[in-house]
Amino acid sequence: MTDATATTSPQNPARPAASLLQQTDRMKRRNAAEARFKAYGVAAICLSLSVLFIMLWTIFSDGLSAFRQATFSFPVTLDAERLDPNGNRQRDEMMRVTTIGYGGLLNDNLIAYLAERGIATDGVTDKEIAAFISRDTPARLRFMVLEDPSLLGQTIRFEGYATGRIDGYLKGRVTREIAELDVNVSVAQLDLADRMVEDGLLSLKFNWGFLTNPDASDQRPEASGLGVAMIGSAYMMLLVALMVLPLGVSASIYLEEFAPKNRWTDLIEVNISNLAAVPSIVYGILGLAIFINFAQFPQSSPLVGALVLTLMTLPTIIIATRAAIRAVPPSIRDAAMGVGASKMQVVFHHVLPLAAPGILTGTILGLASALGETAPLLLIGMVAFVANYPAGPLDGGILDPATALPVQVYSWASRADPAFIERSAGAIIVLLAFLLIMNIVAIVLRRRFERRW
Amino acid sequence: MDDQLMTERRVDAHEIKITARGVQVYYGEKHALKDVDVDILANTVTAFIGPSGCGKSTFLRCLNRMNDTVAIARVEGDIRIDGEDIYDSRVDPVQLRAKVGMVFQKPNPFPKSIYDNVAYGPKIHGLARTKADLDRIVEESLRKAALWNEVKDRLKESGTGLSGGQQQRLCIARAVATGPEILLMDEPCSALDPIATAQVEELIDELREKFSVVIVTHSMQQAARVSQRTAFFHLGNLVEYGNTSKIFTNPDDPRTESYITGRIG
Repeated sequence: MTDATATTSPQNPARPAASLLQQTDRMKRRNAAEARFKAYGVAAICLSLSVLFIMLWTIFSDGLSAFRQATFSFPVTLDAERLDPNGNRQRDEMMRVTTIGYGGLLNDNLIAYLAERGIATDGVTDKEIAAFISRDTPARLRFMVLEDPSLLGQTIRFEGYATGRIDGYLKGRVTREIAELDVNVSVAQLDLADRMVEDGLLSLKFNWGFLTNPDASDQRPEASGLGVAMIGSAYMMLLVALMVLPLGVSASIYLEEFAPKNRWTDLIEVNISNLAAVPSIVYGILGLAIFINFAQFPQSSPLVGALVLTLMTLPTIIIATRAAIRAVPPSIRDAAMGVGASKMQVVFHHVLPLAAPGILTGTILGLASALGETAPLLLIGMVAFVANYPAGPLDGGILDPATALPVQVYSWASRADPAFIERSAGAIIVLLAFLLIMNIVAIVLRRRFERRW
Repeated sequence: MDDQLMTERRVDAHEIKITARGVQVYYGEKHALKDVDVDILANTVTAFIGPSGCGKSTFLRCLNRMNDTVAIARVEGDIRIDGEDIYDSRVDPVQLRAKVGMVFQKPNPFPKSIYDNVAYGPKIHGLARTKADLDRIVEESLRKAALWNEVKDRLKESGTGLSGGQQQRLCIARAVATGPEILLMDEPCSALDPIATAQVEELIDELREKFSVVIVTHSMQQAARVSQRTAFFHLGNLVEYGNTSKIFTNPDDPRTESYITGRIG
């Protein structure tokens, strides 16, 4: 290059002189690339939001109806002759009247009430009227009377569930077209149900039973509830928190602050990271082999479930805790050490308080993932049908059979009666509510404990 | 110049506080400090100067065994405080650090109240039997750090809410509160503005009355202003050590002269 051709400045020979008011081609391409990248991002977010919306929409449209239940409300005269033939109000002797006896009483009362109110029952046999009442309802009445024999002889206003098909009809799931093909329900019954609703005898009420009842058999979807599953999940979360927090935090503190850096600690670190990625069902097999087959803990018990979930959550919590401890600025450690604090004092007076929000958030998120875990629980028998509540936590309830919320979702979703599908979605709503609460608690704790330095 | 001579004479009269002989420091394979011999005097401000990476901070951190916390660091040689070998296996570094306080480059108060910041050291060393004792120690330390008048009405407020210069003086108060005999300062003014720097420098001069102060600094003006003795480090070697006035006016070693005139570093 000779001096004569040096029209541009010598420092930037390649850059042509151009007006700032006009974009160069290169600049246009760069801006276009940036705009495209932003568009990809927005598209990705829109896609995930719409998928989330569809998921929530499906769950809520299927599941919200589980929180309402077609319920009868009519006067029942508790005929003492039928329910206590010996007339001495002895519990043992009254127990001889089975639910069949109570069922007959309920049917007679319902038929009598229909006649009294002038509700036409054309084309519906007495047996078909009896089929309106859930098989769970006589048992409930029997339990009520056995608990309080003074009710005998009185006329009480009794509320009982309708069967799943009638419940489904009121919620719009069962239609006349379906009823024509269904052996369990007839079109005439649906017509009668319409007249009962008009009269106020039958109505959709809020279904507390869905939250409190234990599971019920395939024939009685209307009586099934999440009571046992919620207790089981609560016991497990409590035990997991009690076990995982001290174990995880002390392991993290040791590894982060005290452990020498050598081949052994490297090996441990690699293993912790790998364990966090192990499929959860593997932990189920481990729990089955160790806790049930070897240690002989009872199957289906929240204790075994909690032990398995603890093992599963531990690596995640150790990783989160170590990250929180590492995020404490080294200047704070130096400061404490500089005034002569021992290693232990540095950790407990300075590092842990500053790492607490991170540790708590990690723990709660770990617990939330444990709450939603199904696979390992299937292997240790928590998918069993459990109709009895476990005892209180101090009365050995952690050894009683129980199920858990996600397992209940799974087990209901695999049953034949469509009424269980609705309940499965309802259980998902309850599970999501719990997860939401735990996440909110994590956020609140983080805000409250967060300190600036 | 008479003043300077007076100071020097007075300095030379002081007894030796720290003796270092043949100190070597290795970070893994790297030989960071080579064969350092130094005598540091009591009631004197000793400045360590030198370009970045010359080993002056490394040597400072040997004096209270803060290098112990660095896994790959290895210290050899003999460092004695009042004639006692601080690397003796019977010495607990935690106890040593109560005797040798340290102030760091960046102000690093605990995220606690001003009072708790100062009271922390005395508390863990059991220096105060009663609350009144502790109150007195806190007040004295804050006075020594020339911070008392500024914070006496807000001792319960967070130490991190103070300005940079105040935070650094709070850190000095915290170091002073454990009753140390030696105060190590690792570039204590490098994160401060000129006004705060001036305050801290003034404070350092006052601290000389009670402590033996060792200060690492990048600013040669600062070394000249606050210290009586200066050590110049270069590439891990202690090049020259002597009275500050001599180092800055008539150094023996050509490297020292190059550095203080700005030709190397």
